[in-house]
Amino acid sequence: MSALDVHIRAKRFGDATVLRDVRLRIADGEVVAITGRSGIGKTTLLNIIASLDRSFDGAVACDPPGGGIGYVFQEPRLLPWRTVVENLCLTAAITTSEAERWLDAVGLSGQGGKVPGQLSLGMQRRVAVARALAIRPAILLLDEPFASLDQETASELRVLLARLLAEHRTTTLIVTHDVTELSGLGVDIRQVSL
Amino acid sequence: MPLRASIMSGPLVWLASLLTLLAVWLVAAALTDPLILPGPLRVLEVVGREAASGELFRHLGVTLYRVLLSFVLAMSLGVMIGLLMGLRPKVDRFLDLWLVFFLNLPALVVMILAYIWLGPTEVAAILAVMINKVPNVVVTVREGARALDPRLAEMARVFRMSRGQILRHVVMPQMAPFIAAAARSGIALIWKIVLVVELLGRGSGVGFKLHLHFQLFEIDAILAYALAFIAIMQIVEWGVLRPLERRASRWRHA
Repeated sequence: MSALDVHIRAKRFGDATVLRDVRLRIADGEVVAITGRSGIGKTTLLNIIASLDRSFDGAVACDPPGGGIGYVFQEPRLLPWRTVVENLCLTAAITTSEAERWLDAVGLSGQGGKVPGQLSLGMQRRVAVARALAIRPAILLLDEPFASLDQETASELRVLLARLLAEHRTTTLIVTHDVTELSGLGVDIRQVSL
Repeated sequence: MPLRASIMSGPLVWLASLLTLLAVWLVAAALTDPLILPGPLRVLEVVGREAASGELFRHLGVTLYRVLLSFVLAMSLGVMIGLLMGLRPKVDRFLDLWLVFFLNLPALVVMILAYIWLGPTEVAAILAVMINKVPNVVVTVREGARALDPRLAEMARVFRMSRGQILRHVVMPQMAPFIAAAARSGIALIWKIVLVVELLGRGSGVGFKLHLHFQLFEIDAILAYALAFIAIMQIVEWGVLRPLERRASRWRHA
């Protein structure tokens, strides 16, 4: 069985059908990129996989069933009233020392005591990546991870993701509207167009 | 900020305002019959007399207890109902009519009915105050619940945070400014209602004393109790509510 098996016959918003006959199988440890223009339903697909959207015709199967989903949303979605370390501890259910280790891993050593508002968008996205990986997810979902970042920050994040994906070998689904963003990730990526 | 401007916007303005108020009071008292409008010194004298006899603290204590008890009950119930109405559209539709009814029900009617139905008891008094305040809390908290960020709720679901964790770490911090606003307007409303409830049917408290001195036409004592109670409520406002509000919104200033 695949690590992730998605079959969406139809997903509608009112009268508009956003996704129709989408079939996606991802093998264990595989990195797949979903590409396509904005508004085509890429984020909707991720939301369906993450069980945030259940009103669709079709089925999503994970192996192992009920395995955790690490979701890096387009906006970092950190709790603004909690420090970075507290964000990791609370949402990923890990200890403070584990959270510090994850911050080291994403190049944010010494930033754990700050609240998200004191970090740049690039740094907040790194925290979101750390949070998603810290739960040891069966599937990692990345929604436009390089959007709204300047070239240098995007390039740094690409290097970081390339290292983490190679290290953890997590089954990963990346969504992007810009295929060129994927170059430099360094792992074998299968591209699927929506 | 220039020095002059900073002094004028600080404690000096406050002091000037207080002194002006006292001066107006002194002049008005000098021009009026002291039985109708006693001066500040006479009122202070009565405060001292009542404090020395222990009466002032006994009645202030009873009123403060009623204010705090009905405040805690009204806030707890109001926050629960407000959250439910803000988060569950069906509950909102069902209870909206009730909310409009209670918002428009005159405070005095609630008090009278509570005393008629339950007798002039402590329970009736607290209940009447609570029923008057709960709808205002519900309205403010419901607005807060409607403004909750759905993206954070999604994040919490994906990361499988428990219901308790979501309530404590995701919902309540977003609700804090709304709850603080409801609390501040609440305490101001509740203590005024408590005085009327005491005036109508209790044998203790500042409201009872105001009623007593009204019947005896002792305006100096009425002003003494009013000023003492205002002082206590200002201590609650500055010593408890404002620090709590600052703490709740500390992260916003990071």
